[in-house]
Amino acid sequence: MSSLNLLIAVCLIYVAFLFGIAFAAERATLRGKATWLNLPLVYTLSLSVYCTAWTFYGAVGYAARSGLEYLTIYIGPSLALFGWWWLLRKMVRIGRSQRITSIADMISSRYGKSNTVAIGVTILAVIGTTPYIALQLQSVTTSFAVFSGATSEQGQLSATALWVAAGLACFTILFGTRNLDANERHYGVVTAIAVEAIVKLFALLAVGVFVVWGIADGPSDILARIEQSEFANWEIQGGRWAGLIFLSAAAVLCLPRMFQVMVVENENEDHLRTASWAFPAYLMIMSLFVVPIAVVGLDLLPQGSNPDLFVLTLPLATGNEGLAMLSFLGGFSSATSMVIVAAIALSTMVSNHIVMPIWLSATGGARASISGDVRGVVLLSRRVSIAVVLLLGYVYYRLSGGGTALASIGLISFAGVAQFLPVLLGGIYWRGATRNGALAGLTVGFVLWAYCLLLPSFGADVLLSSNLLENGPLGIGWLRPQSLFGISGMDPLIHAIFWSILLNALAFFFVSLVTFPSPLERLQGAQFVNIFEHSSQAPSWTGGVAKSEDLMIMAQRILGAREAQVLFAEQAKKQGVQGLLPEPDPAFLFVLERELSGSVGAATAHAMIGQIAGGASVSVQDLMAVANETAQIMEHSSQLEAKSEELERTARQLRRANDKLLRVSEQKDAFLSQVSHELRTPMTSVRAFSEILRDSEKLTEAEKSRYGGIIHDEAVRLTRLLDDLLDLNVLENGQVSLNTQTAELSAVLSSSVKTALSGAEQPLDVALPDTGPIMLETDVDRLSQVFINVVRNAQKYCDAAAPSLEILVHDDDTELLIDFIDNGSGIPEASQDVIFDKFARVNPQRAGGAGLGLAICREIMHRLGGDISYLPGQGGTAFRVSVPQRRRMAAQ
Amino acid sequence: MQGPRASIFLERQTYRRRRLIDWIKFLPVLGFVLWMIPLLWDTGGDDTVSTGAALIYIFLIWFLLVLASYVSARSLKTALDRRDQAMSQVTDEQP
Repeated sequence: MSSLNLLIAVCLIYVAFLFGIAFAAERATLRGKATWLNLPLVYTLSLSVYCTAWTFYGAVGYAARSGLEYLTIYIGPSLALFGWWWLLRKMVRIGRSQRITSIADMISSRYGKSNTVAIGVTILAVIGTTPYIALQLQSVTTSFAVFSGATSEQGQLSATALWVAAGLACFTILFGTRNLDANERHYGVVTAIAVEAIVKLFALLAVGVFVVWGIADGPSDILARIEQSEFANWEIQGGRWAGLIFLSAAAVLCLPRMFQVMVVENENEDHLRTASWAFPAYLMIMSLFVVPIAVVGLDLLPQGSNPDLFVLTLPLATGNEGLAMLSFLGGFSSATSMVIVAAIALSTMVSNHIVMPIWLSATGGARASISGDVRGVVLLSRRVSIAVVLLLGYVYYRLSGGGTALASIGLISFAGVAQFLPVLLGGIYWRGATRNGALAGLTVGFVLWAYCLLLPSFGADVLLSSNLLENGPLGIGWLRPQSLFGISGMDPLIHAIFWSILLNALAFFFVSLVTFPSPLERLQGAQFVNIFEHSSQAPSWTGGVAKSEDLMIMAQRILGAREAQVLFAEQAKKQGVQGLLPEPDPAFLFVLERELSGSVGAATAHAMIGQIAGGASVSVQDLMAVANETAQIMEHSSQLEAKSEELERTARQLRRANDKLLRVSEQKDAFLSQVSHELRTPMTSVRAFSEILRDSEKLTEAEKSRYGGIIHDEAVRLTRLLDDLLDLNVLENGQVSLNTQTAELSAVLSSSVKTALSGAEQPLDVALPDTGPIMLETDVDRLSQVFINVVRNAQKYCDAAAPSLEILVHDDDTELLIDFIDNGSGIPEASQDVIFDKFARVNPQRAGGAGLGLAICREIMHRLGGDISYLPGQGGTAFRVSVPQRRRMAAQ
Repeated sequence: MQGPRASIFLERQTYRRRRLIDWIKFLPVLGFVLWMIPLLWDTGGDDTVSTGAALIYIFLIWFLLVLASYVSARSLKTALDRRDQAMSQVTDEQP
């Protein structure tokens, strides 16, 4: 009995030591001094919760029964870690950016934050994990019994198990639910787990070294013993070897406790890189001495002794009490670390996805903001959940009688949680995966797992009748639990894994194909699948309805008053709002939801904010709003583009106007000098000849009359110039009165040409058009003036050797077009737009007039309702006179 | 701005980093194939492989994979650090 007391004392000291470590770690974290906690080594060691008592004791038993098959349980996770770049990296990134709190949270987040999915995953996880917890309780109590030498009385064992369960519950509650951290990290627990990882590794290595070098004579002796043992030859079923490697690789990704330490407690993504080699190394070392211990144990210990306890009984049998104590502590560490982490993970799921939603709906949701301490409720539900999970484990242990049936429960549990794999992988890599698909896959997988593996595992006639096992339900042979679809001869475990995973994946795939995801699912799907492209952006809330104060009250209750105030103040500062309350805009609601989801899970946080903010999920309107915003931005930019184009056009016009102004100014200068010249030349001769007439008395009559004629001519010239100026002035001021007459076009043209050419010095060949009788009703005199001017211009300026003018008449519906085209060199382009201006002359040297003719013509044509314009590209100078048809029609 | 020589140098590093990641991705496939080889062994008759030999084979692969994974993880860290350094240099030069 003394050894039992000693054992209890050692256990208590060890637990106290763990308490101390966990407490110190929490204190150090609070003071921000826990830099050593951030070491990748701690992360790697915390992953060792994979190695439970099932590993510590069970691996040897497994090896003793089935040879090297036990290695598959460690090879699978090693491969999963070697392939970290494929999957784990993405899972950890998603977990961090979406503030995932558990595997149920991860899956439900992906499928539109659906609480139905979360509840399904939680229930499956609890069912899958409870037997495993029972297994740990059993291993601790059995080892206790073996060590203390007490006979394994059932009552005694149960009492021990109850004590162990209660102790573990206390430890877990104390460190697992001390704080409701937004990150859901438990520094104290993780540190304690890391220490336990070292203890169990050291213990197993110590026993291994003792066995290999203490009992046997080194490795060669061990190899020789293997040769003589009952599993000397390699006898592995291929199906089991490959199937179990797959199963354990899937389990390491899907087990709630592994997800907890690997994704949720991950402090730094870089740690995964270290764990990718360090964790496989840990597993390798853990499994290194398993075969030697098994072989030596089979050799040394009496027939019929339990190989599951060789790790403990070998040192005891050889009288090494100290080593046995160390070994016991190793097993104790393995069991406790698994139970603690599993209980935390499960309680998080149960409280976030089952208790909180029920509480929220029971209290009508409004109380989240009005009354009731949500923070307290969350913590209480966590604590109760932990106790319940451990109680379930204990009850399972009591019901199963602690028999050998538990030995196989490890793999059954693995197969259960492996049902998450299709949904998890599909959710991370396939955007088409839908909530209904996930529910279908999980349901099919779970039902098949229970039917083919879990229920038959209790043995015939316990839960399933032997008749059903042998003949199938209602005698339908192809539905027999262990040979579905008539395929018999498979190993029952592999059979169950194969069908459940296959049909699970198929159901998930096909239902996803035919169903349509909700907007939130699609947004979350895009976030998960493209996590490395997107920064963490989640669907937004339509703000405005939510009251910041309500949100504050709610956040204080969940995050704690201080934390919530700091968060709100930060956000208000970011928004540039005075005071502590930020505007409830979508960005703020998004941040708040993420913070809350760290404490109560994504689905609950979404529901809580939804109740206060109004819009319970992303609606089509939200999507439309996003789309509209984009459209507005695009419209705005196109408007800007149009504006800049317009500006460019205006600038071009301004430049052209400026050029024209400059030319006009030059013309004016030129005109002034021209006018002075024009006026001075006749005035000079008038003055000179009148002086001659006045002063010389010897002039003949002929000379007098000649000089008088010159004076007269010059006076006429002056008068004409002044008449032109006056005429133009009258026309421009609109003071002209039109004298409308009726005339025939050809008559007007021919008389105009005749007038224009009378007294011409150079001949001009004019081709008159052969028009029909076109009647005009207009001011014929003014129109003739225009024609005369144009013909006279041609006569004066045409520079061809044999000048000719062609007149063409186009009879249009709306107007009458008369073109005057000569065979000269035309007018340079630069001058084309100024020839109709006053005083403009193309070639001042050759000019005879004052440059007013065409300006007068244009004014006249405008008065008559028509126009005169230069017609480019006709070979020579060409003018087009257009007379509105209206006048002609009126004449008919 | 980086000169053309410097950018070629960086490109080369990026290329090496990508191939390193390819190798890291390939490691689990390699491990799986190597660990599946025992399935090809004879399980009955005279040519049966002894458990001792199988044990040594499996652990040797394990050890080599851990070693390879360790070396690649270290090289990846170096490569990523170098990238971060290069990027911070670029951002420094382009205020």
